Amino acid sequence: MSVTVGVVRFPGTNCDLDTLDALAELGARTVLLHSDETSLGSLDAVVIPGGFAHGDYLRTGAIARFSPIMDAVASFASAGGPIVGICNGFQVLTEAGLLPGALRPNAGLSFLCQPQQVVMASVNHVLGHGLSTSEVLHIPINHFEGNYVCDRLTLQRLREKGQVVMRYVGNPNGSLDDIAGICNEMGNVVGLMPHPERATSELLGSTDGCRLLEALLEAAASTRQVIDRRTA
Amino acid sequence: MSRWDVLVEVSPRAEIADPAGTTIERALAALGFAGVGEVRVGKAIRMEVSAADAAEARSVTEQMCDRLLANPVIEDTRIELCAVAQEPIAPEPAAPEPSR
Repeated sequence: MSVTVGVVRFPGTNCDLDTLDALAELGARTVLLHSDETSLGSLDAVVIPGGFAHGDYLRTGAIARFSPIMDAVASFASAGGPIVGICNGFQVLTEAGLLPGALRPNAGLSFLCQPQQVVMASVNHVLGHGLSTSEVLHIPINHFEGNYVCDRLTLQRLREKGQVVMRYVGNPNGSLDDIAGICNEMGNVVGLMPHPERATSELLGSTDGCRLLEALLEAAASTRQVIDRRTA
Repeated sequence: MSRWDVLVEVSPRAEIADPAGTTIERALAALGFAGVGEVRVGKAIRMEVSAADAAEARSVTEQMCDRLLANPVIEDTRIELCAVAQEPIAPEPAAPEPSR
């Protein structure tokens, strides 16, 4: 069953086309959504891709979160719709309050663009289908602000409720508890710094990104079934 | 209404690591500036705000901080207000003295 995934483009987003291609290769119907749109239309999942939305001025994601489309994204999130924020998309989701915490400049003050190993910390979320906890994936990172921070209570809650999605192997950026990705309590909103859309072919050094994106498509299909059943 | 020069200082919260501040602190020490500590790097946002009085100017600026200028998860803000001096009514330029 083919699902439809929307990919959001803000001014300054630059991973939108790679993400669309990667999802289309896996059999999804894809829709490019501009941040000025006020409705998502009929979608089964949303991806907020990487880049430098609004030039990352003020703070990463700080301006983007006030884009018209973000109200629709927030409603989709509260309805249980699968949403994934990759890199800058993760930063936008934290600024929007859809995920807890924030992302600060890397501890070494270097822009990091490198292959990265991550270990899955939980699978009860929209990127978990077909994966197992402790599984190691090779997914590249490409960021200056990937240093995840949150207060102690939030960290405790993330750990207790299985909301840490993945951790870095060999922390590259100073991230709290080696966190590379987290999800909300429902597990339908995930943010991660690594770029799955850049690990979709042996030519790119890894195909592990496909597994995460396939999991998203699976989650999108099952969420749609639930919604279809509800409205039938 | 009067106009206010507003300075908003946004800085990383005390418990948040500030790698830029740490790097500058090390560089200052390397240059021989002894006794420098607690270096923090933030940003300064200056603007002019029209408001009835200082209290209103401050309250509007606080709302800007809450909604956009700072992220309370990682940043603290400090606001400084200064009334913009009313432009004095410029005297008519004196006619140049006829040269003799």
